[in-house]
Amino acid sequence: MPAQTFNNSSPPAIGIELRGGALAFDGRAVFKDLDLDISAGQTTCLLGASGVGKSSLLRLIAGISPEATARHLAASDGGPVAGRIAYMDQRDLLLPWHNVLANVTLGARLRGERPDYQRARDLLARVGLKDEAEALPSALSGGMRQRAALARTLMEDRAVVLMDEPFSAVDALTRLRLQDLAAELLVGRTTLLVTHDPLEALRLGHRILVLRGDPACMSEPLEPAGEVPRPADDPALHGLAAGILRDLAA
Amino acid sequence: MSIAWRALVSFAILLAGWQGLVWITQVEPFILPGPWLVLVSLAGHLELIGGHAAVTLLEIILGLIFGSVFGVLSAISLSWFPHVRRWLLPLLVVTQAIPVFALAPVLVLWLGYGLASKVMMASLIIFFPVTAAFLDGLRRTEPGWLDLAQTMTAQPSSNRSTASQRWAMLRHIRIPAALPALASGLRVAASVAPIGAVVGEWVGSSAGLGYLMLHANGRMQIDLLFAALFVLAAMAVTIYFTLDWLLRRLLPWQPDSLAHD
Repeated sequence: MPAQTFNNSSPPAIGIELRGGALAFDGRAVFKDLDLDISAGQTTCLLGASGVGKSSLLRLIAGISPEATARHLAASDGGPVAGRIAYMDQRDLLLPWHNVLANVTLGARLRGERPDYQRARDLLARVGLKDEAEALPSALSGGMRQRAALARTLMEDRAVVLMDEPFSAVDALTRLRLQDLAAELLVGRTTLLVTHDPLEALRLGHRILVLRGDPACMSEPLEPAGEVPRPADDPALHGLAAGILRDLAA
Repeated sequence: MSIAWRALVSFAILLAGWQGLVWITQVEPFILPGPWLVLVSLAGHLELIGGHAAVTLLEIILGLIFGSVFGVLSAISLSWFPHVRRWLLPLLVVTQAIPVFALAPVLVLWLGYGLASKVMMASLIIFFPVTAAFLDGLRRTEPGWLDLAQTMTAQPSSNRSTASQRWAMLRHIRIPAALPALASGLRVAASVAPIGAVVGEWVGSSAGLGYLMLHANGRMQIDLLFAALFVLAAMAVTIYFTLDWLLRRLLPWQPDSLAHD
C-alpha cells in the first residue's frame, strides 16, 4: 500500500543505517559493535530495560549524544542524517515563555526562517489543540503538552522522526489516545520509537527490536501482523507482549 | 490579609514601639527624636528634603540602568566566549573582595563631587550581582531544550555548531531561559543601589540625601537626619517593589510568579 503522508510536500522516506555503535561508561561497555537498521517509511520500535542504552542509541542518531559513537551512520540514500531528524523527548520540552503556537514554530525561528503559522495552526487542529494555540504551556495538562510537542515534531517536517519514550509521562488512557494520534500522523514517515512498554511497541511498530544483555545486543526483528495502530484490546497482542516481557526479564 | 495591610500593620507597630521607647527612656531629642518630631521636621523641610531626594533618586536610577546594562552585556560576553570567561571570572570574583566603599574617595577624586561619581559607585555595586545572577542563568539552561534546538538547527554539512547556530540558541533559548535568574539579580541590584549612591554622597558631594544627612548630623539636627533617612528608606522600598512588580508582569511564566504564595 502506498504510504499516505499528511503533507504532500513531505520529504521522501529514507531509512537509517547504523553500524558499529558503541557506548561505554567508566570503562564498562553498555553496547559495542551494535548495528541498527530503520526501515524507510515505517515505524521501528526499540524496546529495552532501563540503562540498556536505547535512549543513547536514539540520541546518537539524533546527533546529540556526546558519549555514544558509531563507525558508520548514514541515510539509506547515502546522504547524511544530520538536518533530517525531528526529535521528540519523553519530556515535552515546551519553552515556558512561549505560547503553544510559538513553541510549535520554534524550529523555523531558530533557523532564521519565517514560520508558517497557517501550517502550525493546521497541525494544532490535527492534534486537538486548535483553541490552545495562544495558551502558555503551564496552562495545559500533561497530555495536551505532549500533543503540542507532537505537533512541534511534525512541524519540522523531517524525513525521520526519533521519539524517546514520548508517551511515558502521561496516564494510561491519554497514552492510548496519543498512540492512536501519533500512528495516524506518522503514516509513511520513517520513525524510531524508543519505549520500555512492550504493548506500546506492539501497537505502533511495523518492526520491533529488543535491546538486551550486557553489553547489550539487538534481537531479531519482530514484525507483528496487522495495520498500525493495532487495537489495544487484541488478545494476540497481549500474548506477544507477555512473551517480550519474559524475554526482557531473562 | 493582603501584603499592603500586613506591611501597614508592621509599620504601625514599629512606629508605636519607637514612640514608646522615647517616652519610657525620656531620651533627649538630639539623641533619638520620636516619630512625631521626625514627621514635623519632614513637613517643615519638605522642599529641602525633596530637592536632595530628587538628586539621590536620579543617582540610584542612573546607577541601576548603567550597572544593569553592563552586567547583562558582560554576562552575555562571558557566556559566549568560554576562554574569556576562564580568565576573567576569577578576576571578577577577586575584585569583589575589594569593598566598593573603599573606592568611593578615589571615584570622587577622579569623577568629581557631582553626579558621575555617585552613579559610578551605584553602578559598580550593582554590576556584580547582575552579572553573576545572569551568567549563572545562562549556564544552567535545561539541556533538553538545547538538545532539541540542536536537532532543529543541525546542518547536514557539518557536525560542529556554527556561530549562527550558537547565536540562535543564545537568543531564542539561553537568554529567555535565564531571564528569571536575571530578575533575581536585578532585585538584589535594586536593594543595594541606594547604598552605593548614599556612600558616594557621604564621601564627597554637594547634594543628595546622604549629603543632607551628614550635614544634619553635624548640626545636631537629628530630627532632620531621621526625616531624610525615612525618605531614603521609602524611596528604596518603592524602587524595589516597583521593579519587582514590573519583573513579575514581564515574566508571567517564571515559576515563582505562577505559585500564588
